[in-house]
Amino acid sequence: MKIVALSGSIVGSKTKTAMLKTVEMFKQKYPEHEVTLLDLAEYKVEFSDGRNYFEYEGDTKYVTETIMAADAIIIGTPVFQASIPATLKNIFDLLPVNAFRDKVVSIVVTAGTAKHYLMVEQQLKPVLAYMKAHIVPTYVFIEEKDFLRKEIVNDDILFRLERLVEDTVVIVDAFKAIRMKKDEEYDF
Amino acid sequence: MEQYRIDPSKGMEFGLYSLGDLIPNPLTGETLSAQARINELIEASKLAEQAGIDVFGVGESHQSYFTTQAHTVVLGAIAQATKTIKITSSATVLSVSDPVRVYEDFATIDLISDGRAEIVAGRGSRVGAYQLLGVNLQDYEEIFEEKLELLKKLNEEEYVTWQGEYRAPLQNAQILPQPKNGSLPIWRAVGGPPASAIKAGYMGIPMMLTTLGGPAVNFKPSVDAYREAAQRSGFEPKDLPIATTSLFYVADTTKEALQGMYPHINGGFQAIRGSGYPKQQFAQAPDTRDALMVGSTQQIIEKLLYQYELYGMQRFMAQIDFGGVPFEKIMKNIEIIGNDVIPAIKKYTAE
Repeated sequence: MKIVALSGSIVGSKTKTAMLKTVEMFKQKYPEHEVTLLDLAEYKVEFSDGRNYFEYEGDTKYVTETIMAADAIIIGTPVFQASIPATLKNIFDLLPVNAFRDKVVSIVVTAGTAKHYLMVEQQLKPVLAYMKAHIVPTYVFIEEKDFLRKEIVNDDILFRLERLVEDTVVIVDAFKAIRMKKDEEYDF
Repeated sequence: MEQYRIDPSKGMEFGLYSLGDLIPNPLTGETLSAQARINELIEASKLAEQAGIDVFGVGESHQSYFTTQAHTVVLGAIAQATKTIKITSSATVLSVSDPVRVYEDFATIDLISDGRAEIVAGRGSRVGAYQLLGVNLQDYEEIFEEKLELLKKLNEEEYVTWQGEYRAPLQNAQILPQPKNGSLPIWRAVGGPPASAIKAGYMGIPMMLTTLGGPAVNFKPSVDAYREAAQRSGFEPKDLPIATTSLFYVADTTKEALQGMYPHINGGFQAIRGSGYPKQQFAQAPDTRDALMVGSTQQIIEKLLYQYELYGMQRFMAQIDFGGVPFEKIMKNIEIIGNDVIPAIKKYTAE
């Protein structure tokens, strides 16, 4: 199983801290699976201009092709102006409409205040649903106060991240089994 | 219809087309050499002619997995290898070429083939050509509209005076050689959505509409919008031919057709679009109402007649070589098309 942890912002540290922790949990719990961290701060990604994703070059090609090759993507996003950052939206714009078909997507969101709790429901999930993702229903919402000097200090968050990691793997396996069962019906 | 060399009394035309794709055969992992693939296409055009197929088309795509970038040269070879079959591009990416040059090429093919050449001009669905040939993708729509208008003018006048934004002006320029009978059928290639169909209608130019898959009825709005726009623009819709195109695979039984096509359509989509063809969707495809042409001989005939009722097109173009289809399967398809499909559709659609 290939899992990509996508840190969707190029500024700040909270989302990256949360994603590093998530990746660490993944590696600990599922050493047999391949986890790749894509921190957008480390790549120069072009704006989408309508090309197929594999027709870009350099970082843009690497980032999009890595996402497209994954079975599951854990998206980490901060809240910018009551929505996702443009850098993350650009990744969606670079990909084809059915990019997340047969893929599982789970979400970790960081925010300055609890007032943004529904941002994921209103802004991010509709995009993921449009792109055909199997969305892990429960996401992890992390606030400013849950961090201290680039560490997560709220045990509740840590437990929830652990469950998110498990759910992601379980749901990938479940949909894979469903797909195989369905495909068995066809004789081509 | 005569100026487009179409005789509706003879029934709907059936054509084959290729994008010259060079995708590995997913069953063997092997990729042909470019030379072998081009020779295959020339060979297929001869077989198509023998089978009574009306049209043979070759298109251009300037990137990996394709091999007929110089499609006019391949069409020239086909013109020489055949005697009666119509020869068309499918499509010519007009935006990245000079319309005068395109017209010279096709007028020449028309002379070599004794009046069988046609042009289908499109914008291309892949962007490789733009970068390679130095055309700004930002201007892609406007460049195409301007060049298509010029191409149409070149076809209508022997001495052309013209001025535009993306090409040097023409001052009473003589266009040589002239095609055998003074003009060529020129079609506009249109993807699924109505926007480009409407432009074709306004221009009063024949339309070749891609209906790659999904419910056939979804493409009906494009057909209606085309005719409506043509009418509004002062053209008589019944004088303008429409062609439709789809991926195509016929076999003796449904099961054989599905098994024969699936690995190729799935592998081909994977290669050029980055994701395969879902089995569940493919399983629905033999249904008469689905535009993807896969099924038994009888199912294919029913699909074609259903679409003929729906769109009232004058020509159907089949792409039978998508996704590394080996030549023996291509030959088998041509054989069934010639023996069973064409006689049946001509019987129903001829006046």
